[in-house]
Amino acid sequence: MVAVSAQEAAPVVAKAEVRGLNFYYSDFHALKAIDMPVYEKKVTALIGPSGCGKSTFLRSFNRMHDLYPGNRYEGEIRLFPDDVNVLAPGVDPIEVRMRISMVFQKPNPFPKSIYENVAYGLRVRGESRRVTLNEKVEEALRSAALWEEVKERLQEPAFNLSGGQQQRLCIARALATDPEILLFDEPTSALDPIATASIEELIHDLKNKVTIVIVTHNMQQAARVSDYTAYMYLGELIEFGVTDEIFIKPKKKETEDYITGRFG
Amino acid sequence: MSAVAPGAATSMPSEAMSVRLARRRSRIVGERIIEAVLFVAALVSVFTTVGIVYILVKESVVFFEEVPFWDFLTDTQWTPLFDDAHFGIMVLLSGTLTSSAVALSIAIPLGTIIAIYLSEFAPFAVREVAKPFLELLGGVPTIIYGYFALLFVTPLLQKIYPELPGFNLLAAGIVMGIMIIPYVSSISEDAMRAVPMSLREGSYAMGATRFQTAVKVVVPAAISGIASAYILGISRAVGETMILAVAAGMQPNLTFNPLEPAATITAYIVQVALGDLPHGSIGYQTIFAAGLTLMLFTLACNIGGHVLRKSFREAY
Repeated sequence: MVAVSAQEAAPVVAKAEVRGLNFYYSDFHALKAIDMPVYEKKVTALIGPSGCGKSTFLRSFNRMHDLYPGNRYEGEIRLFPDDVNVLAPGVDPIEVRMRISMVFQKPNPFPKSIYENVAYGLRVRGESRRVTLNEKVEEALRSAALWEEVKERLQEPAFNLSGGQQQRLCIARALATDPEILLFDEPTSALDPIATASIEELIHDLKNKVTIVIVTHNMQQAARVSDYTAYMYLGELIEFGVTDEIFIKPKKKETEDYITGRFG
Repeated sequence: MSAVAPGAATSMPSEAMSVRLARRRSRIVGERIIEAVLFVAALVSVFTTVGIVYILVKESVVFFEEVPFWDFLTDTQWTPLFDDAHFGIMVLLSGTLTSSAVALSIAIPLGTIIAIYLSEFAPFAVREVAKPFLELLGGVPTIIYGYFALLFVTPLLQKIYPELPGFNLLAAGIVMGIMIIPYVSSISEDAMRAVPMSLREGSYAMGATRFQTAVKVVVPAAISGIASAYILGISRAVGETMILAVAAGMQPNLTFNPLEPAATITAYIVQVALGDLPHGSIGYQTIFAAGLTLMLFTLACNIGGHVLRKSFREAY
């Protein structure tokens, strides 16, 4: 309770607000009437058993579902301060992805040099000034705690890096464009424990700069890195709250069963 | 009887064992036979290749006993059947290189663009219809392409450029390029489709458009497969015979100008092989030297392609 009030002492501002979100893969109703805030410069964890829709939910934020035919959104994800519904049909998904970056389950560096991987998002946005690129690439690599390891070999292929380094490179790539929200889709599930620890530490440091939403199937990870936790089951949001409360005294019995390992 | 009974009792298990052993032996023998058959089948292809190279080299050695190797490479005339015989392979090679260059300048850009479209942009239904049609292009007999070049493309080009001769490398090269498009596009498309979806998603998630994703991520990721497609296209162009024999003329001509008629290595071989040259004459030997040149050329392409593939191979 002390921890909770300490957190609430800082002003908490909503960065995004999910309202009545339904999502359909063709006929399959994957997300059911989700309402949830995402707080600015906080880490929000989405937890739940496999198939509960947590990744589907995460991928709605940057409209990744638009890449495949037959998918349909209903409801709103409003992004603040400009109060725009990112799911509105009139909103260009590319515009949305310019503001909301994503880090994937498996490290997916492009077949390019370390430098060009990080510069990718800037180049896509039309940036070609060498000085700006150099500056941004270094800044992003520093933020991703990778600069010291790669500064001597920026022109080497990204595939030469280890799995953990590749994932930090993907984080640097996502950070280079100064996103407002950073989405993590089980970012450590393909990594060993040491690499996992360094990514978790990084997420902890990054929340001073950016709003983070992370999907994880590892409850200890959710407890370690997040400020808020949402428990999902069968496409529904069962419970949302401050992480400590969710883990110490959840309000709903289903949440407690899942967290204590009686289920899932 | 009582003496037999214990004997039978002890022989029973060993009999069962020997049956099992015999079964195992026959299984092992059976597998050996299958292995041998497969090995022989594999050997056939190796022996064929070795046999072809052997004949080419053997007959070429006879040729090079009469014609100095240096003259073969540097002479600027190819007149093996004249009294004043000259054997400059450059003359034929120039025709081959020029027609191949024309063909590849059509097949590589178009094939790549088609592959990018089919792999990254085309809706499922379009791809399912377009691909078989495209592959049909590669199945048209080359003699038909040859007449298409001679009787349709050349007259068409003559409307733009009236001085164009009836036989020319340009029309033959253009049609050859059209024929090669499906080889380039089909293999390139397979390579691009093999690029994992996670790479494309990574690019889209950075705010890239479809076109940026295709050109900046998918093509570089598939570059080794695309390079092999190009190499195959080059081999096809260099080895193509019928289109050139029909539409480019049979006149040896040292030129790199596609507007002129010229014989290629392959067209020359056809011409001589169909003629009634006596076996063992120098004119007859030339086709082996020309064939060896052609083979070395395609071999170099294949080795080059292999090296390219190795150096570009990316682990996803």
